[in-house]
Amino acid sequence: MSRALPLSDLVRMQAARRPEPVHVELAQVTRRFTHPATGEPFQALGPIDLALVKGEFFSIVGPSGCGKSTLLDLLSGLGKPSSGRVLFEGKPVNGVPEGVGVVFQENAAFPWLCVRDNIAFGLRRAGVEAAEVQRRVDYALGFMGLRDFAKAYPAQLSGGMRQRVCIARTLVTQPRLILLDEPFGALDQQTRLLMGDELLKLWRETGATVLLITHALDEAAMLSGRVGVMSTRPGLFIDFVDTGWPADRDSRVVSTPRFGEITARLWEKLRVETLKIMGGAH
Amino acid sequence: MTKESVIRLCVVVGFIALVEGLCRTGVIGATVMTAPSQMASQLLRVLAAGTYNHDIAFSFINIVCAAVLAVVAGFGLGVVIHSLPRLRQALEPLLSSYYAVPTFIFYPVFIVLFGVGHGSIIAIAVLLAIVAMITATLSGLDRIPAVLRKTARVMRLSRARTALAIELPAALPHLFGGVKLAVAYAFIGVIASEFILSGAGMGYAIAYAYNQFDNANMYALMLLVLLSVTLVNGLLNHIDRRLQRRQQR
Repeated sequence: MSRALPLSDLVRMQAARRPEPVHVELAQVTRRFTHPATGEPFQALGPIDLALVKGEFFSIVGPSGCGKSTLLDLLSGLGKPSSGRVLFEGKPVNGVPEGVGVVFQENAAFPWLCVRDNIAFGLRRAGVEAAEVQRRVDYALGFMGLRDFAKAYPAQLSGGMRQRVCIARTLVTQPRLILLDEPFGALDQQTRLLMGDELLKLWRETGATVLLITHALDEAAMLSGRVGVMSTRPGLFIDFVDTGWPADRDSRVVSTPRFGEITARLWEKLRVETLKIMGGAH
Repeated sequence: MTKESVIRLCVVVGFIALVEGLCRTGVIGATVMTAPSQMASQLLRVLAAGTYNHDIAFSFINIVCAAVLAVVAGFGLGVVIHSLPRLRQALEPLLSSYYAVPTFIFYPVFIVLFGVGHGSIIAIAVLLAIVAMITATLSGLDRIPAVLRKTARVMRLSRARTALAIELPAALPHLFGGVKLAVAYAFIGVIASEFILSGAGMGYAIAYAYNQFDNANMYALMLLVLLSVTLVNGLLNHIDRRLQRRQQR
């Protein structure tokens, strides 16, 4: 598949295979920045066309600096596109829409609050009544295996546990779209695999549409229903891979031959892009 | 109690015992220094008699006023300077070299402005303390992780709520460092100012006793100042440790 492929056709083709309604849509989206050193404008992203159907688990892989996080910013309403349209549930995204939850790579747990208060924070600020807050927080504590740590402070937890707190904090707001920006990037491999299982559990439980940005090909291959591969800057989709995993999958799929095939295909595309960045001509 | 705190305690107790011994054996003469035990018993006596109640109250009012003013105004100015990057760039060299200026040279100015009394003492102490708080506020606001502000936006918090519920608690451990310094500077500023521009206060009382060759009261008051500083500092350090423990990532 070459870079010149009409991507919008590809997206429509992909979406057409799915009978579910489109939940999130990017149409001819670009993002331009000004270079901080030279002051020259440059295109970081796009033009991108992408449609996510409701309840889909979609991952994006791409070389460093390809605009993955910029794309997530546009989807979450944290950033605005330079051109094109971003739609969530049919409405243009302008600021962070209600129903969107984001989990970042960095530790975003509030260090001055215990685990329980961290998870309850968003609900309390949104004015949800106390009994309902307690019910949802208790559920999230149990679901994420944090019940014994409810009174602990983030500084007392491991990196993986803190990330669970952040996921639980997103879970309680019952988002319909969950955006994850390399959420396990700072964790070791074993913890990542297990956190991947937690994420799949969360996805099945909530029925939310999930968009995961990752630089780990195995993570994308194991978790997603579909993986989009992005090119170097300006970031464009150069391939979409359907994994074909059943909805009740878990980290054990890594031992199947299919997992190897998917990872190999992702790497085949990504290798070329990564070499471009490194200045290689292989 | 940790080993370090046992060693620390031994050093302090050992030093006091040494001075006590030197005073009692006459190596340090009674005209130079009274023994620590005499300082303590004289302090208890004057406290019971209420001899210096007015001076103690005078000083503490000054210290509390100066510390509160320095912390509140320093925080406010810090927030304003932080929000104006160009102004900050212009001011930063002045702020960093501020403590090279001996603030006390301005005492004639303050006497002209506020007269002899609370006003001029508090003004000098605030002048001494405020920049520590401004600097701590700037670094506290700098150190708020960007991801916490992003989280606030994802939670769709208003600007005011973000400031109060996210930025303030996130910066608090750094701000508290400024509070500690501001209180210490307020103490120094007030006691030192009372030596030179006051007719009341602990600083004035120490200077007065000194001029009267009244070693017993002079050392008792010096002990009182030391104990007060230690107590206040101990309390602030305790709060600081609690805040820092939570902040460790």
